[in-house]
Amino acid sequence: MDQFTINLLFVGASFALYIGIAIWARAGSTSEFYAAGRGVHPVTNGMATAADWMSAASFISMAGLIAFTGYDNSSYLMGWTGGYVLLALLLAPYLRKFGKFTVSEFIGDRFYSPTARLVAVICLIVASTTYVIGQMTGVGVAFGRFLEISNTAGLLIGACVVFAYAVFGGMKGVTYTQVAQYCVLIMAYTIPAVFISLQLTGNPIPALGLFGDYAATGEPLLAKLDAIVTELGFNEYTSHNGDTLNMVLFTLSLMIGTAGLPHVIMRFFTVPRVADARWSAGWALVFIALLYLTAPAVGAMARLNITDMFWPNGTNAEAVSVEQIETDPRYDWMATWQKTGLLGWEDKNGDGKIQYYNDNSETMQAKAAENGWEGNELTNFNRDILVLANPEIANLPGWVIGLVAAGGLAAALSTAAGLLLAISSAVSHDLIKGQLNPSISEKGELLSARIAMAAAIVIATYLGLNPPGFAAQTVALAFGLAAASIFPALMMGIFSKKVNNSGAVAGMLAGLIVTLVYIFLHKGWFFIPDTNSFSDADPLLLSIKSTSFGAVGAMINFAVAYLVAGMTKPVPQDIVELVESVRVPRGAGAATADH
Amino acid sequence: MADQSTHAASTAEADKGYWTANVRIILISLVIWALVSFGFGILLRPMLSGIAVGGTDLGFWFAQQGSILVFLALIFFYAFRMNKLDAEFGVEEE
Repeated sequence: MDQFTINLLFVGASFALYIGIAIWARAGSTSEFYAAGRGVHPVTNGMATAADWMSAASFISMAGLIAFTGYDNSSYLMGWTGGYVLLALLLAPYLRKFGKFTVSEFIGDRFYSPTARLVAVICLIVASTTYVIGQMTGVGVAFGRFLEISNTAGLLIGACVVFAYAVFGGMKGVTYTQVAQYCVLIMAYTIPAVFISLQLTGNPIPALGLFGDYAATGEPLLAKLDAIVTELGFNEYTSHNGDTLNMVLFTLSLMIGTAGLPHVIMRFFTVPRVADARWSAGWALVFIALLYLTAPAVGAMARLNITDMFWPNGTNAEAVSVEQIETDPRYDWMATWQKTGLLGWEDKNGDGKIQYYNDNSETMQAKAAENGWEGNELTNFNRDILVLANPEIANLPGWVIGLVAAGGLAAALSTAAGLLLAISSAVSHDLIKGQLNPSISEKGELLSARIAMAAAIVIATYLGLNPPGFAAQTVALAFGLAAASIFPALMMGIFSKKVNNSGAVAGMLAGLIVTLVYIFLHKGWFFIPDTNSFSDADPLLLSIKSTSFGAVGAMINFAVAYLVAGMTKPVPQDIVELVESVRVPRGAGAATADH
Repeated sequence: MADQSTHAASTAEADKGYWTANVRIILISLVIWALVSFGFGILLRPMLSGIAVGGTDLGFWFAQQGSILVFLALIFFYAFRMNKLDAEFGVEEE
């Protein structure tokens, strides 16, 4: 059986499973559509949150970004897990006590202002749509590889599948399908990592293998990696080469963005009790940590394998020959990935060999001149392909490769579905029912929810064709937006009795607009290529890249909110009482949707 | 009537004590949260560079492994501690 058939089999079987569960648990009423009747156990909820959370960014993209940068991209690891601490301590229990369905309902009620609710809805839609763009990038990579077509065609097919999937699911379908998806994606991520860790270090646990010894030479794996990448002119893997301020702000943006993203927060509305909301966040992080503790090992080991692939006899011997790439079955993955347009090589100096090195390094330029090299000949290695190509690079059995294809699709699909649901509920429930037409029928609300989903996916697919970065980088921008707009409003809503309606509205608008403009200045207006005035290599403000600006946006939000609140009318007594009641678990009934 | 208002006043008093205790636990937890990630993982890494861990140093381990493990411990500690606090102040759900 060839690899294409195996992939098809694995992806087909996993899809049949999800669709079967979705049909079995099909959503009937509106409240089921949004929050599944609140009967979800913390462990189940944690697993579903983990599937919802671990998207194309975590699964497909993150290890690739770590592999090619090393220590400096640890921000992704700390940021996307550290946010759960904020979520568990600062938001989840109180929002569950408040007992409504959506984040913007809380903001609307706490700040006693339909305007605040409207602004919150806009913030949610902007952040979620940016997030979906990142997911579509990952969907394109995964579908392109497994159907063996171009990235663009993969993206278009993937968009149709995501849409069909989200429309038929609803939250209840999504909760149980997501448990199934979690199981598929975590197996798909860890099984190849275990194999590779055994091959390289003899240790079956990748997180330990990363700090173990490289079996071939007996020296520590990371020391070996540091040595070979520096021999090719790249930065040392384990050292801190980037800017410290940017790294701190980037980590912080990802953390507070995690605690401000609607599709994650919504999960904590679906647990039965306040105490369960606290446990749920912990369980979610347990399931997430299984992947996040493995990811750095996947990155480092893949970097070692790739380098070894191009310099099979060591970095000081001859590079791999074009003939070997074309004929040796160990190099078959290169031809497969070339079809997607995400991997490319070119024998520039015509010596029949492919030299892979950093041609920006001065030492390497001298070495190149000496040996007659004419630049790095591995011309394109898209970071987003690393995780999916990893089992092929390590020459693992066909079924592992099929499993990884299924897992990558599960990751991209589950998060895209969760986000589309958050966007559709924001539009139909908060915007149309809450603001424009309160008397809309249940049927009309469901219909508008689905139209909103369709619109979101069309926009995301269009922008996904020319994404502002690799999947995880685009997703990081979405986190920056959520960090700057939603998180501060939620936190002030719970921890302050002084911040009033005007303060919250002004704060959210200031945070959102400043961050959005900063991102557009660096990534192009509305992410349209070549309309940017600055680049992340040379940012507008100090060393702060557009992906790191969310933390600054959040500080602006807090400052503006307190300033405006201090100059306007104090919070009325009934809202003070509302805040006091949200702070204690006592009397938390089932949540209601009375708007 | 008098009984009820005394009861309400003592409830409000208890709620205040509960909230102060809660905020204290949150602050302690967040100090640890920041110390392991921004501290050991980034800013204090040069100070920890003398402690070797598998081919690199302790700061690298905290950035890629340790901080995540501490985050997990923190969330479970908080959930456990708060559920106990709920009972102490009699504010738990029925």
